[in-house]
Amino acid sequence: MPLGPTQLDGHRVGARLGAALPGVVTVSTDEWVEVAADRIEDALRWLHDSEEFDAAQLSNLTAVDRHTHFEVVYHLQSLDLNHLIAVKALVRNHEDPLLPSVYPVYKGALLQEREVYDLFGIRFSGHPDLRRLFLWEGYPGHPLRKDFLGLGALTPGLGHFPNEDRANPSRQLNRDNLVSQEMPHEAAGGAMAGSGH
Amino acid sequence: MTTNTEPYVLNIGPQHPSTHGVFRLRVVMDGEVIRDLDMIVGYLHRSMEKLAEERTYTQNIPFTDRADYLAAMSSNLGVCLAAERLSGVEVPERASYLRVIFAELQRMASHAMANGTLVSDAGAWQTPLLYMFREREKILDLFEMTCGARLTTNYMRIGGVAFEPPPEFWPALRDLIDEMPTRIDEYATLVEHNEIFLGRTRGVGVISAADAINGSLVGPALRGSGVPWDLRKAEPYCVYDRMDFEVPVGRNGDVYDRFMVRMEETRQSVRIIRQAMEQIPQGPHKTDIPLALRPEPGEVYGRVEGPRGEIGFYLVSDGTPAPYRFHIRAPSLINLSLLREMAIGASLPDAVVSLGSIDIVVGEIDR
Repeated sequence: MPLGPTQLDGHRVGARLGAALPGVVTVSTDEWVEVAADRIEDALRWLHDSEEFDAAQLSNLTAVDRHTHFEVVYHLQSLDLNHLIAVKALVRNHEDPLLPSVYPVYKGALLQEREVYDLFGIRFSGHPDLRRLFLWEGYPGHPLRKDFLGLGALTPGLGHFPNEDRANPSRQLNRDNLVSQEMPHEAAGGAMAGSGH
Repeated sequence: MTTNTEPYVLNIGPQHPSTHGVFRLRVVMDGEVIRDLDMIVGYLHRSMEKLAEERTYTQNIPFTDRADYLAAMSSNLGVCLAAERLSGVEVPERASYLRVIFAELQRMASHAMANGTLVSDAGAWQTPLLYMFREREKILDLFEMTCGARLTTNYMRIGGVAFEPPPEFWPALRDLIDEMPTRIDEYATLVEHNEIFLGRTRGVGVISAADAINGSLVGPALRGSGVPWDLRKAEPYCVYDRMDFEVPVGRNGDVYDRFMVRMEETRQSVRIIRQAMEQIPQGPHKTDIPLALRPEPGEVYGRVEGPRGEIGFYLVSDGTPAPYRFHIRAPSLINLSLLREMAIGASLPDAVVSLGSIDIVVGEIDR
C-alpha cells in the first residue's frame, strides 16, 4: 500500500524506538510499528519527547476488530517536522480487552478513547473519564465488534454488480449465499437487460 | 459582604440555539461561574462506520455527506482521496481542479455559517448571520446547478467527480468570486470593530498553542492559537501545490482570533478559486473504475483540510468490495477535547461563545 506523502517508514521508527526502549517493539513493517500493548503509553511518550520524531500531536486513534484480537491504531504527527507515524498495539484478549490510556501523554485522546470504549468495548486503564460516548450506559454490546448481534455474517444484498467482471474472485465471505442470489435477468443477455420488461 | 452560594446543575440542550445542533451540556454552576461541564452527545448517532462495512466504497460516499453536513464536499473529497490511494486509482487533472474549486466553495459556505452563528451567540441577533447567509445561498445555488443537491452533495467519486458543471456554472462562479471580496469587507466592517463583539470575544476562551497541539485541535481552532498548520500546505493534495495562498494564524488563541482566522481564510479561498479557474484544463472529469472496487488487502489513512480541520479516513481493506473498517476522524468531535478545561472557571455566556468559536457540526460528532 503506498504510504501517505509524509508518513514515515515503520522500520525506521521501529529501529529507533526499539533501541531506546528494549522489548517494546514487536513488529515493524513499511507502514507501521507494532508495540507491546502494555507498553503503549511508554512508547508514545518516547515518540512525543524524542527530538528526532517530535510526535507532538495525536492525530487519530481508533481500533480494528480482527476477530481473534483487537488492533488499536494511533496516528501521531509532528507539526514542525511534518511527518506522520502509525503505531499499533495488539490487544490479544478479545473477551476483556484492556490497555493503558495515552491520555497522560495526549489530551486529545480523551474523547477518542471514550469512542473506542463505547463502540469496541476496549477499556483504557488510567483514562480519567471512561464512559460511553454515543450510546447510553447499559446498551447491550459494542456495535463495531464484528460479532455484534451476529451481523458479521451478513453480506451486501447483491452478490455481484451489474456488468462486473465475473472472472475476478467474488467476495470471500459466505460464498454459498452468493450463488443463491444470482440476479434474475442474468440469463437474458447482460445484467441490466431485463430491467425494462 | 460575601454571599454563600450552592452549586447547581444547569442543563443546556439538546435543543438549544447555542449548541448548534442536537448537543447537550450539563453544567455545574456556582453563581455565574462554571465549576464543571459535561457534554452528552450521540443523539445523531447513526452508526455510519458499522453500516459502511456492508457497503462498497462508492456506496459509502453519501455517508460522508451526512457526517459533516455543512462541509459535504470536503468529506466527499477526503474519502475519495483515501480510497484512491488504497486502490491505486488515478484522477484526471481537470477533476482535481474541480475538486479544489468545490472544496474551497464549501469552505467559504461553512465559514459563513460558523462566523454567522458565532456572532449570533455573541449577541448580534441574526442580522450579521443573514448577511453571511446571502453569499452562502449563492454558493449552495452553484452546488445545486452542478449536482442537484445543496447540502448532501455526493459529488465526488472515486476517480474524479460525478458531473461536469453545466455551462451556466462558470459565469455564475465568476460573478460570485468577483463580488466576494467586497462582501467579506462588508462583514468585516459590520463586526470586526464592533465594541460589543470585541468585548464578548477578546481574551475569552483562550487556548495556548501547546495545549491546542496536545489536545489534537485542528483547523481554525489550532491556527487561532498561532500554529501555522494546514494540510493544504503540509501535505498538498489535488492541485493545492500549484496554488498561491497564505495560512492565516491568530496571536492570542481567543475566540476573536478564531473568528478572524475564518474570515481571512474566506479571502484566501477566493484567491485559490480564482487561480483554479484560470488554470483548469480541458479533459475528462473522471476515470472509470470497476463498479465493485476491490482494493488489495491493506490499509490507508487519508486526510484533507476541511473547514473544521483535518478530516481523516482510516480505511482497511480485506480484498472484498466492502471496507473491513471505515473510520472517520471527525474534527468536530476531537476539537472538543479541551472544552471542559476551557469552560471551568468561565462564565456561562463566555462558554457559549467558546463553543461557538470551536465550530462544531453535530452530525460529524456523532456519525
